Amino acid sequence: MTAVIGTRYSRREDAPILTGEARYIDDLVVPGALHVALVRSPHAHARVTSVDSSAAAAMPGVVAVYTGADLAGEWAGPMPCAWPVVEDMKSPAHFPITPDKARYVGDAVAAVVATSAVAAKDAALAVVVDYDVLPAVIDLEDSLSDRVVINEDLGTNLAYTWELKPDEAKVDEAFAGAAHTVKERYVQQRLIPSAMEPRGVLVVPAPFGGDYTVYSATQIPHILKVMLALGLGISETKIRVIAPAVGGGFGSKLNVYAEEVLCLALARKLKKPVRWTEERTENTQATIHGRGQIQEIELAADANGKVTAVRVSLLADMGAYMQLVTPGIPLLGAFLYHGVYDVPAYSFTCRSVFTTMTPTDAYRGAGRPEATYAIERAMDALARKVGVDPAELRRRNFIPAEAFPYSSAPGLVFDSGNYDGALDKALEMVGYEGLRKEQTMRRESGSKKHLGIGLSSYCEMCGLAPSRVLAALKYGAGGWEAASVQLLPTGKVQVTTGTSPHGQSHETCWSQIVADRLGVSPDDVDVLHSDTAISPLGMDSYGSRSLAVGGTAVAMATDKVIDKARTIAAHQLEVSESDLDFAGGVFSVKGSPDKAMPIQAISFASFTGHNLPDGMEPNLRAEASYDPPNFVFPFGTHVCVVEVDEETGKVDLLRYVAVDDCGNQINPMIVEGQIHGGVVQGVAQALFEEASYDEDGNLLTSTLADYLVPSAAEMPSFELGFQVTPSPTNPLGVKGIGEAGTIASTPAVINAIVDALSPLGVTDIRMPASPQRVWQTIQEAKGAR
Amino acid sequence: MTVNGSTQEHDVEPRLLLVFYLREVLGLTGTKIGCDTTSCGACTVLLGGESVKSCTMFAVQADGAEITTIEGLATNGDFHPMQQAFHENHGLQCGYCTAGMVMAAVSLLKEQPDVTEADVREGLEGNLCRCTGYHNIVKAVLAAAGTGGAA
Repeated sequence: MTAVIGTRYSRREDAPILTGEARYIDDLVVPGALHVALVRSPHAHARVTSVDSSAAAAMPGVVAVYTGADLAGEWAGPMPCAWPVVEDMKSPAHFPITPDKARYVGDAVAAVVATSAVAAKDAALAVVVDYDVLPAVIDLEDSLSDRVVINEDLGTNLAYTWELKPDEAKVDEAFAGAAHTVKERYVQQRLIPSAMEPRGVLVVPAPFGGDYTVYSATQIPHILKVMLALGLGISETKIRVIAPAVGGGFGSKLNVYAEEVLCLALARKLKKPVRWTEERTENTQATIHGRGQIQEIELAADANGKVTAVRVSLLADMGAYMQLVTPGIPLLGAFLYHGVYDVPAYSFTCRSVFTTMTPTDAYRGAGRPEATYAIERAMDALARKVGVDPAELRRRNFIPAEAFPYSSAPGLVFDSGNYDGALDKALEMVGYEGLRKEQTMRRESGSKKHLGIGLSSYCEMCGLAPSRVLAALKYGAGGWEAASVQLLPTGKVQVTTGTSPHGQSHETCWSQIVADRLGVSPDDVDVLHSDTAISPLGMDSYGSRSLAVGGTAVAMATDKVIDKARTIAAHQLEVSESDLDFAGGVFSVKGSPDKAMPIQAISFASFTGHNLPDGMEPNLRAEASYDPPNFVFPFGTHVCVVEVDEETGKVDLLRYVAVDDCGNQINPMIVEGQIHGGVVQGVAQALFEEASYDEDGNLLTSTLADYLVPSAAEMPSFELGFQVTPSPTNPLGVKGIGEAGTIASTPAVINAIVDALSPLGVTDIRMPASPQRVWQTIQEAKGAR
Repeated sequence: MTVNGSTQEHDVEPRLLLVFYLREVLGLTGTKIGCDTTSCGACTVLLGGESVKSCTMFAVQADGAEITTIEGLATNGDFHPMQQAFHENHGLQCGYCTAGMVMAAVSLLKEQPDVTEADVREGLEGNLCRCTGYHNIVKAVLAAAGTGGAA
């Protein structure tokens, strides 16, 4: 048997997708289902004074029209927020249909139920809502000033202040004694996650049995089940949640949404199947946004550019409401603003405010792209100040390879790393010296086409997460993951996992993990998931946790199966367990290889139960739950090479080199795919994407015609390199890779643009660096000279 | 019209878009809907062998036409070379854009069998993917171009 871990095993997920067989939420047909359309506020901030549904209710096919007041008796409580980060966090009560006022454009004010989607949408247009329009709050500093207090009962727009200040005196001392300091202010624009599949939910009730099957395009069927039970006062045993094929999430489907709660409430009330399918414009307005921060970062350094302290102050945009983990997003970056550098003194403060815009929440990287952007931009600013090459400045500050496990000033233990190795490899791949020479030649020749080289050395904490750490951060649940492995009577293997993939290839990779340990073919291993009746234990997929936590649980359950099989083999072969070897799926007696039992035969023996050791339970099945002792810390260096046209402001990506280290790789093909996609999302933040609002709080980028998700035409091919530094945290030695590309790439691109334009006096460029904005920045820099 | 080789006759509302006809009347749900502005390309099908976004035309406009959807691409249980190339090159992750992307790629190679990387990138501009970063999609189309992907 050749090794299956580490091979480019082709995906078992592909065939159903490539033939159109795979069923996503909107492909599921349930006879007699009623359709919901929502009447959404066109105002960012407005009191709902009356809702007249008489015309809508009389339209053909309309079953009912409900306001927030009509449904007030349905909710056992407000919409859930699982991460109240401080004791006295402020949070407005949030209901699926707002009973009092709309707090963002897209906030639902009424629901229409009809016999078809078209009838529901037509009728939604006929619902007449009177609004008392109130001033919008779209600027974070304006929000903080409480000029307009959005929620009168809270008395302020400030949701919370969260601090991480292990030793302020040490920070003050470092700044007082610094040879160099930099103080930078960056804006993390709001982003729209834009999974290609919009959301959707379908609830099928069994009215007389009192149970409900909830189909949802979600990343989190298990968490959703708990929250639906709590939110609607339904016994958890009566709810089954199924995530069918899910068309991407990127954090946007890591939530409990109004429409999910609403459809279940309506199915209960009407005793009929109820469904809702999101339109793209609803997706941009009423599915969460990401980022949305103003960052201030200060570095203190000695004369050589060795950083002695980092001080960070964030102002974070919560949007209109706290969604599932909204308040916690800045905290996921809070420990990482010193990046990959050995910095002895650290200070972090985050103030988070409400605005009258779409709620923010997790978007690929969630807190860590923001942190990486700030430190990597600031390191380039420091390099300019000290007058050294940015690669050299990074080398002077890296946590050295021999320092791992490394205890950071903010209080993490970085598991393993070799940052110099990744940087060196990336510089070699890109031909750094040659590029710098070309850049100098272009500058000397007076070329208007400026060459820029941008570095980003990153690490991130992922594999969410040790439950005790989550408790310390006031997160409402644990961070474990569960799996079961069962050998069936025919020798095939059935695995269940609590992770819930939506593009990440868990079926393929988990089958490789199990097959590798059992010594069987991955083709004989099936992986079941995303159905709370089939895989009842799980914490779902987000935060690059699935492999490091869920994959480990799968490996542990497999090992338990092997242990039991060994006992059975020893019993049937009449030897002691220590006399057995296990290789290639066969237990054999040491020294007598003809005395052997393949694991499939043991499986059958455990099924018949005819000849098992006394007291042993039949069946070859095991479960495992794994709570990781630490996060994992993937890392690497990305290098972006751009050409910026001084006369048009256009930025061309010439090359993109990424060297990543995610520890051991189960399937390099899948790892590469995750990096490609992740990098493009980060590049998109740098160059194309922004959720833009006008001063009245209208989202100006509410379609894919306005919100610039890049196409193939805007992207180059990528040059990937790898290094393998296994994680000591889990037995597979793996780290997460789903978010790394996004975390690394944004600062690489912006550093490249600033590098290109630095001879013109440009030191910063606000994202996205559109041609217009680049051109304006150039003009301003020239004007200032 | 003819869809994947079989003749279909239905009376439909004039406002019914082709994509809804395919999905809801014929039950061919492999063709996806990703936006409402003809921006994403998830609904791309072949009309007379050429790619068209099935959300940009009414079903009645396709009267008499020959339509191929993703369900009609494989023959006798074997992948079309483009499907095979996407599989071998990991050109899909969540799969929601895949049907449209594959159909657009088949049409592209039919029009232009000898494509460069730049041609492929330009030719697939109307199809958005959020997972793959396009790298492996481009690789797949280039691979298919070498193995009769236009067939």
